[in-house]
Amino acid sequence: MSAEDVELSFSVNGEPRRVAVPALARLLDVLRDELGLKGTKEGCGEGECGACTVLVDGEALNSCLVPVCQVEGCEVTTIEATGFERVQAAFLEEGGAQCGICTPGMIVTTRAWLEGCARRGEAPTLEAARRALAGNLCRCTGYGKILASALAAWGRRP
Amino acid sequence: MPRTLHVERPRDLDAALAALAGASERTRVLAGGTDLMVELASGRAAPDRVVDVWKVDELRGIADEDGGLRLGALTTCKELLASELVRARADVLAAAALEVGAEQIQNRATLGGNLGTASPAADLNPVLVALGASVRLASARGVRDVPVERFLLGYRRTERAPDELICSVAIPPRPSGERRAFRKVGTRRAQSISKVVVALAVVLDGERVASVRGAAGSVAPQIVPLPTLARELVGKVPGDELLERASRACAREDAAPIDDVRSTARYRRHALQRVLRSVLAELRDRSG
Amino acid sequence: MAQAIGGALLRPEGQGKVTGRARFVADLVPEGAWLGGCVRSPVAHGRLTGFDFDPDFDLERVVLVGPEDVPGANAVAMIELDQPLLAASEVRHVGEPLLLVAAPDRATLAAALCAIRPRIEALPATFDMQASGEVFKEILIEKGDARAVLAGAERVFEGTYRTDTQEQMYIEPQGFVAFPPAPDGSVRVDGSLQCPFYVQKALAHALGIAPERARVVQAATGGGFGGKEDYPSVLACHAALLARAAGRPVSFVFERHEDLAVTPKRHPSRVRHRTAASATGELLAMEVDVLLDGGAYTTLSPVVLSRACIHAAGAYRCANVRIHGRVVRTNHVPYGAFRGFGAPQTCFAVERQMDRIARGLGIHPVELRRRNMLRVGDRTATGQRLAESVGSEEVLARALAKTRFDEHDWCGPRPRTSSDRKRRGVGFSFFFHGAGFTGSGEELLKGEIAVELLASGQVLVRSASAEFGQGTLTMFRAVAADALGCEPEDVLFADTDTAEVPDSGPTVASRTSMIVGGCLVKACRELLARIEARVGRRASFGADARRFFAAGGDPLATATYASPPGLAWDEARYRGDAYPAYGFAADVAEVEVDLDTFEVRVARFLSAVDVGRALQPQMVAGQVEGGSLQAIGFAHLEVVTAHEGRFLEDRMSTCIIPSSLDAPPFEVELVEVPFSGGPFGAKGVGELPMDGGAPAVLSAIEDATGLHMEHLPATPERLMDAWLCAHPEEEL
Repeated sequence: MSAEDVELSFSVNGEPRRVAVPALARLLDVLRDELGLKGTKEGCGEGECGACTVLVDGEALNSCLVPVCQVEGCEVTTIEATGFERVQAAFLEEGGAQCGICTPGMIVTTRAWLEGCARRGEAPTLEAARRALAGNLCRCTGYGKILASALAAWGRRP
Repeated sequence: MPRTLHVERPRDLDAALAALAGASERTRVLAGGTDLMVELASGRAAPDRVVDVWKVDELRGIADEDGGLRLGALTTCKELLASELVRARADVLAAAALEVGAEQIQNRATLGGNLGTASPAADLNPVLVALGASVRLASARGVRDVPVERFLLGYRRTERAPDELICSVAIPPRPSGERRAFRKVGTRRAQSISKVVVALAVVLDGERVASVRGAAGSVAPQIVPLPTLARELVGKVPGDELLERASRACAREDAAPIDDVRSTARYRRHALQRVLRSVLAELRDRSG
Repeated sequence: MAQAIGGALLRPEGQGKVTGRARFVADLVPEGAWLGGCVRSPVAHGRLTGFDFDPDFDLERVVLVGPEDVPGANAVAMIELDQPLLAASEVRHVGEPLLLVAAPDRATLAAALCAIRPRIEALPATFDMQASGEVFKEILIEKGDARAVLAGAERVFEGTYRTDTQEQMYIEPQGFVAFPPAPDGSVRVDGSLQCPFYVQKALAHALGIAPERARVVQAATGGGFGGKEDYPSVLACHAALLARAAGRPVSFVFERHEDLAVTPKRHPSRVRHRTAASATGELLAMEVDVLLDGGAYTTLSPVVLSRACIHAAGAYRCANVRIHGRVVRTNHVPYGAFRGFGAPQTCFAVERQMDRIARGLGIHPVELRRRNMLRVGDRTATGQRLAESVGSEEVLARALAKTRFDEHDWCGPRPRTSSDRKRRGVGFSFFFHGAGFTGSGEELLKGEIAVELLASGQVLVRSASAEFGQGTLTMFRAVAADALGCEPEDVLFADTDTAEVPDSGPTVASRTSMIVGGCLVKACRELLARIEARVGRRASFGADARRFFAAGGDPLATATYASPPGLAWDEARYRGDAYPAYGFAADVAEVEVDLDTFEVRVARFLSAVDVGRALQPQMVAGQVEGGSLQAIGFAHLEVVTAHEGRFLEDRMSTCIIPSSLDAPPFEVELVEVPFSGGPFGAKGVGELPMDGGAPAVLSAIEDATGLHMEHLPATPERLMDAWLCAHPEEEL
């Protein structure tokens, strides 16, 4: 099955990009293969593991399920963007990353969640972190140090 | 055999209806993508046309309607959770939305998508049936409203004609004193497809049951209403023994579960009975 | 200078992981690379008679590789050579590789795989391990005279315990990129793997080249857990054969569905126990029969059986033990390595048996363990005397101090009302795990590590030990820094590339800290001795090292494993010193069981673990937490069922692992009872946590419900069935 290519414009990590791809190409593939941004990883291809999580207009989405035509005019944020440093430092210090394949997705979801907490004026809790990250599967850590990393990142904010 | 897949991306409702005017059974409507993108990747779906309605803003919105709710088809689980109006008038729908997948899925899974896919395991649909919701369908031929219970016809089959678009869902105003509950038994505590999912709505008149509406998923090829509950309970005092009897009768008569990759027919039937009994007791004992 | 051991170094490779810059195999796409795929058998047993090719597909668009195109031997080099790389005539399992395909893009590859259909005459298939007549390996361990004691015993406890298979579910699927051979026949592959030299050996065997001509480079590897111990040998050969045939690089990276369908999983087991115990709970005799399903080919089954049997009598002292084990062939997808490697299966059985005995004798489960647990000076089932580093009492004491489980009335009567739809329970397990290869395995391996001094005064560690999340590099950095007295940041690492590193042995068997880390200390000491001898020690390591280098000193020190003196193992009779050292642990699990649905929520999980020395406590805790969650999943959540030899759960949406909401908060208590034969006292930790989690959870479920479950996983469906059996009035 092949589809005609369409021209799409959207912003990636603050920079305007333009691609000509099939309308229903997975955003994941467009980011990795068209735009060379390999930091977003594929674990399952069916929206189950969350390793492919990116932000679209600030919302965490499984990029393997997003048809690229739907991000036209949107702001897409991948792990390569600036603004993740606090969360990244926390993951390193708290042992939140072991093999690293789920880590970019975890960090992206964590950032979106913490920004949501800040917007709502809510202090994050362990249980809220557990729920916020339930769409990001990890097989290595048992999640404890990932949740600790998320909470530590909140503590590190300026 | 490679086929050309034609994708249309209408910008407004008129364009969407025009795009669907010539639709066949092999035309699919794309909303949030959480179902269709998986089906396309796995080859389970091989449409010749896809109409992507994601940018059709007329399909969005949560509004008051005659004391109830009018919800756009593109309303996401996340929007249901964030809406004060939904929390005030149909909190049970927000409770269901919280159990759909997890964060990333909730940001994209829509009411219209849940209805259009008509999976028997869909989490939102039993709530819509229990609340007596209706679906508004539009096409170039006109507009019609269909009760959700009649809209869901069978396994992944709906009342929607190929040229029709799910536009919105109406939830009637809450009957005075109606208590609602939702319970999902999944394969794990998040990011799971249900083994049994139940929505119940009960009105008590003094000590007696005045009305009870319910629906269950994953226990039949489509969402099933639970008429046995009304038959067994209306007009009676819902003591523990009666709830035991009613839930047993309901599980025996209203459900037709199967063995599949997620669970067994035997488990589903028993879990349904036990959950119904406990949730009904919880609704009975809830204050206010 | 700060001491690195016992501290918290940041991961040397951590920046790449948190930024997404780490290059996993799917991120490597060489210029002009084609994609690899495989035509596989849809049936479990049959005779392959040929292929039908759809005439509408132009085969010129792709490259095909069949068994006749394998230049070396058409066999996967492993313990035996019974597994072909490509089946030529007899097909023995669903998913067996038949024909390899390389194509320029995904669509062409998919079309090609649809266009090629194998013709297979079905043959009767065996799926029940109890019905199989073909034994891959049989083991007998005997001490004393268990049968005689059992025959004369007043009270004999019997139990049959089963475990289903389990999927490793590393979040990164398996994959390799292979490059076409150079004019001299040498090849290179990059991939997701745990054992670079296993892959090298397999490539050499398949391509008919000398091992040095097969260069294997480990890409960043997203989890392994044993699942990438043996299968990479298959996949790397497939990719290399395609690259050779296509004359261009080939990327053969699995999508999740293919990975779930064809790669090896945990051996299913059926373990029977007969135990004679005195009225006061002393274990008088234990007879254990272990049966494992090996699937269609031998792969690593003999070693899995070995570990399963050696651990089958549990961490207990018993004078009369008879352990009989067999691993047999069936027409299932071959089973292989998964963390624990046979021990989780037999540990589950013996711990459930201990709970059965405790309940039967009316003795507290803790008291029963206390009376029989191995202590320093005791002998194991193979007759090994545990001379040192036995943290059994310490882990028990720590677990009890934190949970007071000994004061909990396990399976005792508790006042309950019918409106209690949720029941809480607490359970316990006590276990051990041998670190390193069994018996003479490490001696035979002669694993080697090298430390190279650089002109800058920094050191470069050259090791084949793969980092895939466990903290290999962090541990090596801490060990080298303290062994040399240098700054941790001055310890650098060669790529895990067979062209750059010696064969340190595979990254398996909980051996990397104890065995390879031990060699690292030796190599570091050798280097220090040379520096001392050549230029003397005056200042910091870095300064002295630079002087040594400038003076022309030999900068490369290597060390090879030598087993501690006095270890002796009789492979024929399975007697003697099975492992240099054992880690000990006690787990306490608290669950809440929903009596309507039999969903189990693990509310609390504590693990007290003796690892000899926690070289990097945060890394060790990470291993305990991660391994324990895998064990919890094994206990009640992770279902993998085969129907006619095909796994029903062949997608991530159906093959379930715990999410963050399924995980309890973990409490890890690290106990250190040092082992003199390990670096700074360290033993192994990687697999130990996998052994005890499942019996602890089932013990807790028993406390909550009274149900003595004997089959893993204890799913809601199985719990419901068991409950209805015990409460038939609740049947519909």
